[in-house]
Amino acid sequence: MRQEYLVPAQDFSVAGVASSNLKRLLKQLNINPFTIKRIMVAVFEAEVNVIAHSYGGRIVCDLEEEEITIQVIDTGPGIPNLDLAMTEGWSTASEQVRELGYGAGMGLPNIKKNCDHLTIQTKAGEHTHITMLFCLKEGE
Amino acid sequence: MSDAGFHHSLQVLNDACKGCTHCMKRCPTGAIRIAKGKAWISAELCIDCGQCMAVCPNDAIKIEQDPLSQLQRFTYRVGIIPAPFFAQFPDTFTVTQVLSALYDIGFTHIYLAETGVDILDILEAKEKAQALPLISNFCPAVQRLIQIRYPLLVENLTRLRSPAQVTAIFAKSELKALGESLGIFYLTPCAAKIAQFKTEGSEEHRLFDGIINFDTAYNQVSTLLARDKEKYANQNIGFTFPHCTRKALRWSLVKGQSSNQSGRALAVDEMHNVIEFLDILEDEQETSLRFLELDACAEGCVGGILTVRNRFLATEQLRHWSTALPKELSQDLVERILVQSPSFENNLCLKAPQPMQVMGLDKDRSKALQKLEKVDRILAALPGIDCGLCGCPSCLALAQDVAKSQASLRQCVVLKLKDPKELNSLARIWGERPTTANGQKDDQA
Repeated sequence: MRQEYLVPAQDFSVAGVASSNLKRLLKQLNINPFTIKRIMVAVFEAEVNVIAHSYGGRIVCDLEEEEITIQVIDTGPGIPNLDLAMTEGWSTASEQVRELGYGAGMGLPNIKKNCDHLTIQTKAGEHTHITMLFCLKEGE
Repeated sequence: MSDAGFHHSLQVLNDACKGCTHCMKRCPTGAIRIAKGKAWISAELCIDCGQCMAVCPNDAIKIEQDPLSQLQRFTYRVGIIPAPFFAQFPDTFTVTQVLSALYDIGFTHIYLAETGVDILDILEAKEKAQALPLISNFCPAVQRLIQIRYPLLVENLTRLRSPAQVTAIFAKSELKALGESLGIFYLTPCAAKIAQFKTEGSEEHRLFDGIINFDTAYNQVSTLLARDKEKYANQNIGFTFPHCTRKALRWSLVKGQSSNQSGRALAVDEMHNVIEFLDILEDEQETSLRFLELDACAEGCVGGILTVRNRFLATEQLRHWSTALPKELSQDLVERILVQSPSFENNLCLKAPQPMQVMGLDKDRSKALQKLEKVDRILAALPGIDCGLCGCPSCLALAQDVAKSQASLRQCVVLKLKDPKELNSLARIWGERPTTANGQKDDQA
């Protein structure tokens, strides 16, 4: 089953709406609460990234029996240096974004920590395409 | 994670029920459906909060009521009385008068449930829950709501024993010389506590020998107080009984717990406020809150479904009394508690509560996925008015029930009025004559 959520740029008031809607679906699938929590943390971070850094994007969720794939696709500045972006505490967020309590440089590291497989395709000045995979097998 | 053995204290009286949908619309877990013109409560989803009973215009929801005569099974009868019980009586009766009437209706020993708060303090009980913010387990309806609707927050629930449990252990320990002839009874302001007590294997079931509803005891005590005015008038010696501190007496009031926590704390009361707040909290990634007090009833336990007096007046009365109480426990009570401390060794914390996965569409995940897609498509065909005439609390709930083969699209009155032909073809797509939620064949088609 596929579910898509649009994420607007710079609108922090809707940060968490997509992940919250996704959670409502996941709860109906008898998925272990700890797995739901991991998915929520990762998707929320990705959602905030899109709002804070991009020109807008979307979250595409593919729900399957044994795994959940979530793609976060945006147009925007891309990630010029992926190694740096994966470093805890490193952030390019503007002062304005940090004042809102975001941009602590934990986004991508947190996403990596919480999903089972992560791929990032990005082109500076064009787009970022993150694919997160979550396995649902018990005892993973 | 199943708990098929959970006991429920609320029941629909079919003769009185008109199927008016009030209870169904109010139920916080969506546990109620109307089938064949009568309300039906799902045992799996019910949290015994009593909202349905409060809102029913036809007195068609009954709460379990054990008779006071159960006291006679024991030679020695201990009453564990929560402070809100004393606040059920107007100022014309003193606590001492109510207390002596309680002895007269059959108790041989009376303990104040709130003493347990002080016992936990004196024994320096340590909370073992891992996740912050801690969510108090004081209100059993809230605890069950979280287990059912907010599985991601279950690990935030506190695990210390409730004050009433602690007091029961204290009483049992102090009076153990009386042996088998000792019965311990709890006076309950709400349905959720009855459900807890009557569930076999629960701590309440183990610690208490019986439960008496607030209104039952209130009626008995009031009768005595009215009949024998002169006798009780002589016992007018002011507010002396409560063996607890000021903060303990306020424990069951809103902010009673949260105002005594170190760190940032918050109190939310009334079921719909609690749900609104838990919805946000479950999404929250980080929070600076350390402690949450959530009460299912408005104003806390004084707003319980079995209370008699107006909850605001009862709150004011408890607060007023509490100002006369000391901030520290009397030395002799401290000593009494310390003497019994071996009974509490490794006995102050409860097992971690488990999430109950009952919100799922199917136990089998691939089937649940199919049903989830189905719900989407069915919902698109429904009017979205959430009128409740189909017997489900919302169009979404009907869509889910149809996807689970527990309802028929033909139940939708709006579609029937708008376009009977279209309804027929839609109903054929989603299956004819399914069974209703309570397993009966649906004849409304």
